[in-house]
Amino acid sequence: MNTGAPVGIVLVSHSGPVATAVAELARGLAGGGTTAPVAAAGGTPDGGLGTSAELISAAAEEVDRGAGVAILVDLGSAVLTVKALLAEGDELPQGARLLDAPFVEGAVAALVAASAGADLDAVEAAASEAYQYRKE
Amino acid sequence: MTDQNGGPVLDTAFFRRWLAAMAAAVERAADRLTELDSAIGDADHGSNLQRGFRAVTTALEKDAPAAPGAVLTLAGRQLISTVGGASGPLYGTLLRRAGKALGDAAEVTQAELAEALRAGVAGVAQLGGAKAGDKTMLDALEPAAEALGTSFAAAAEAADRGALATVPLLARKGRASYLGERSIGHQDPGATSSALLITTLAATAEEAAR
Repeated sequence: MNTGAPVGIVLVSHSGPVATAVAELARGLAGGGTTAPVAAAGGTPDGGLGTSAELISAAAEEVDRGAGVAILVDLGSAVLTVKALLAEGDELPQGARLLDAPFVEGAVAALVAASAGADLDAVEAAASEAYQYRKE
Repeated sequence: MTDQNGGPVLDTAFFRRWLAAMAAAVERAADRLTELDSAIGDADHGSNLQRGFRAVTTALEKDAPAAPGAVLTLAGRQLISTVGGASGPLYGTLLRRAGKALGDAAEVTQAELAEALRAGVAGVAQLGGAKAGDKTMLDALEPAAEALGTSFAAAAEAADRGALATVPLLARKGRASYLGERSIGHQDPGATSSALLITTLAATAEEAAR
């Protein structure tokens, strides 16, 4: 499905600064021009370490343009919370999807792809492919 | 209040009393849970559950759900939204799945509750990808859900035994798994709070059957 609207990206980390910084990094590396919408949902609402369903829902709503929302997570409760919210049915926008991808590399790949007009499947493929890039 | 067989009546009020008792039990056990979690986790299990069950208490007072299933689904939803750690979505899924299995019935049987709990436990296993023996909540919940087919007291005993049995286990899920063999010798905090949930259920049932 390509509606012309960009896929939105949500970055969920246990840490607010990590989520915000990875969003900035992805925007910077996605290069000039307009990028697809990306929002950070890091830490707890009071600024602590953890995962907040509230912040995740708000971030997903913020970046939803009707073409789907790709959610990237770091670990543990971030993964489980997004899965539980997806199972809930009405907590996240229609077309929200948890991507199986590395957090930093996947975020950059997803935003580059989404900004180039890729649909949700293609964004997911780009982000997951980041697992294949070895560093040895 | 008892049914014709002398068992407790499992109506909406019963489920509300159970969760209120669990909220009180979490307040009492919070320090101990956090202490267990500081040995192999990130030292927030007690305070996380405290936050979660306080939200459950508030929501149940505000919304007054009208059926046992609705009490559990509402509580589960609160836990997913407010806990902030992995135990939130895990306990949330446990209660939501169990609540959905109970449907709209105004009163449920012990057998129905046992089956609902098994459905909830299956949901936890699916979400977390853990199995019995991985040193998780499941080590208390799985035997408890099975034993609830027999009696509430048997379920409580099975849960406590399951939690204690996590001490020699090697953690295979969550942060504790990064510790490898150093996770051995500590009781799993999630299994401990799971046992608390089941012993609280049994105590509530015993009180109702009096």
